[in-house]
Amino acid sequence: MNNTQRKRFNISSLLKECFLISAVAFVLALPLIGFRTFNGNEGLDWNFRWGYLLIAVTAVFIGRAILILWRQIHFDVVEKYWLKKIKSLNPKKHTPFFAISIGLLFILPFMPEVDRRIVDLATLVLIYVMLGWGLNIVVGLAGLLDLGYVAFYAVGAYTFALLGTVHDWSFWGSLPVAGAVAAMFGVLLGYPVLRLRGDYLAIVTLGFGEIIRVVLTNWVEFSGGPNGIAGIPRPTLFGLEFTRRAPEEQSFHHYFGIDFSGDHRIIFLYYVILVLALLTNFFVLRIRKLPIGRAWEALREDEIACRSLGINPVNTKLSAFALGAMFGGFAGAFFASRNGFISPESFTFIESAIILAIVVLGGMGSQIGVVFAASAIVLLPELLREFSEYRMLFFGMAMVLVMLWRPQGLMSHRRPTVVLPAMDSK
Amino acid sequence: MSMRRLLDVEHLTMQFGGLTAINDLNLVARNREITAIIGPNGAGKTTVFNCLTGFYKPTVGRLSLSVPGRKEVYLERMDDFQIARAGVARTFQNIRLFPAMSVLENLIVAQHNELMRASMWSVGGLLGSRKYRKQEELAIGVASKWLDQIGLNGVADKPAGDLPYGDQRRLEIARAMCSKPALLCLDEPAAGLNSQESGELNSLLCGIRDEHGIGILLIEHDMDVVMNVSDQVVVLDHGQKISAGSPTVVSEDPKVINAYLGEPGEDPLSLEMAGRR
Repeated sequence: MNNTQRKRFNISSLLKECFLISAVAFVLALPLIGFRTFNGNEGLDWNFRWGYLLIAVTAVFIGRAILILWRQIHFDVVEKYWLKKIKSLNPKKHTPFFAISIGLLFILPFMPEVDRRIVDLATLVLIYVMLGWGLNIVVGLAGLLDLGYVAFYAVGAYTFALLGTVHDWSFWGSLPVAGAVAAMFGVLLGYPVLRLRGDYLAIVTLGFGEIIRVVLTNWVEFSGGPNGIAGIPRPTLFGLEFTRRAPEEQSFHHYFGIDFSGDHRIIFLYYVILVLALLTNFFVLRIRKLPIGRAWEALREDEIACRSLGINPVNTKLSAFALGAMFGGFAGAFFASRNGFISPESFTFIESAIILAIVVLGGMGSQIGVVFAASAIVLLPELLREFSEYRMLFFGMAMVLVMLWRPQGLMSHRRPTVVLPAMDSK
Repeated sequence: MSMRRLLDVEHLTMQFGGLTAINDLNLVARNREITAIIGPNGAGKTTVFNCLTGFYKPTVGRLSLSVPGRKEVYLERMDDFQIARAGVARTFQNIRLFPAMSVLENLIVAQHNELMRASMWSVGGLLGSRKYRKQEELAIGVASKWLDQIGLNGVADKPAGDLPYGDQRRLEIARAMCSKPALLCLDEPAAGLNSQESGELNSLLCGIRDEHGIGILLIEHDMDVVMNVSDQVVVLDHGQKISAGSPTVVSEDPKVINAYLGEPGEDPLSLEMAGRR
């Protein structure tokens, strides 16, 4: 309460700011909402929609006022409460909580009220969680702003698609290869951009992502071009296929003596990505506590200090690029196998942006933050489906609110990778 | 001076375009000795450090480092991180810690290469090998010993960036020492410290010299520190060595007084006063 008294606001500055913002809103809304075209008698005609314009500007005015008041009164309180919550989120102390959460994820497909659509949606969320965790190595830990992460996703997907359709490789056989090829591309991209940081790095990686997509679109003999690749093999459970017409000894429903159902494959895919994502998480959590993980973070903090301590910046950066790309490759192979069809359409820049948004929104370097952010970013548009054309508006609004409330990300508290042993145990 | 030379700088010259920052500098640093490099602002002191630690490639010169029990190496041929591995550690004029990482992590990162080998380039570490766990315990032991020495044991798990300025300075020295160097280069370690803190710094530096037997190169403006701890002093002015020898000899050298104060007779201040500004 002291805070609110200290930060007294005066009504005139509040009104001034609201009027200013409303003026900006008016300028923006005039062409966007104010004009309406219609087919008149003499071709295309247009009229003003003053009513709508007035509503929009008033909404901005009131919204801004509420935001300022809310900030002055409640942001501090909520922020403190939230920070305390995050800090108390100790993996060791909360093991039961995390164990129960993971257990719930494992029985999700068999819970009542859970249908095919929900399991499919959960699979989609998990793909983004895995991509977020992979990119977290590069952006969150090593601090290398990578805007072309989708390139590695594409490399993984196309590696498996080509191996599966041209050479009849199985999903499990090509999964490591997809990861390795993606990692190789990670090093290939990493090498020329070693000296770049921040914005410059972001621009070059963005370019690299586009190059991969453009090559895949235009090199028709290799990748099928814009038509993509169809008939990609589905994952199998120790050789058992999830299709109706598979030979008896090779089909899941025959082997277990149950009726065929399309749900089996959906549920199986869910488990595959769940295990892959958990492995990714385990790997990242573990490597963060190893010298290489600490070197990545140190490199993010101060590269010159790293060099003065004998850390080879080239190897350290390349390993971050390679490992981050590897998980992108795994996720890509899974994506190709799940959909059965891929085309360059699936690997546009917006995907990179979404994955980066997940990492930033979650709080750079935070593993649990990625889960929340991925859920929010994938689920929000789905949940808002009923609002159809307005859903992207709500989505954008939610993003703006989060960035206002916690610009450093939802879960941005950093936990040391190593602590001094307690005095009494020494 | 029968003691073995640790670092031998011969004919070091560094030019940036037409500007000669260092001109034909010769310099020797020995084990168990603190060698101070002093001089007015812009004399080229930090440039010497940057050449030594590989951040600049010298235009001319030979920088040979002979650590006891190891082969002699020529620093001008090596990359900065290789020089660090060869046993030259440094601190920076503007402190360069890893601010978001904890105090302890800062000291563990300094032992990166040993830990990396023990973790078999992360493969063994991922699988939880015993060798790695043992090495990590050792590293924490080294770090905690240094934390004791600089009195930061109580804040080991705090972010390094949250420490007060003086503590950050000492932490940076401890971090450099955790990389187990043979030669420690300190760039103005007393800058911004109060007189009590710089007194503590003196005893820390002497402790490092006497207990660890390594050589220390010191750039410093604080003449209290220079006069109290250094075994020899080298004075630079406009990239040129103008005087060298023991602290007393140097402080009475008219050339040095000139460099700091201009022509004699103009100003009655002593060299000490000049140092304190």
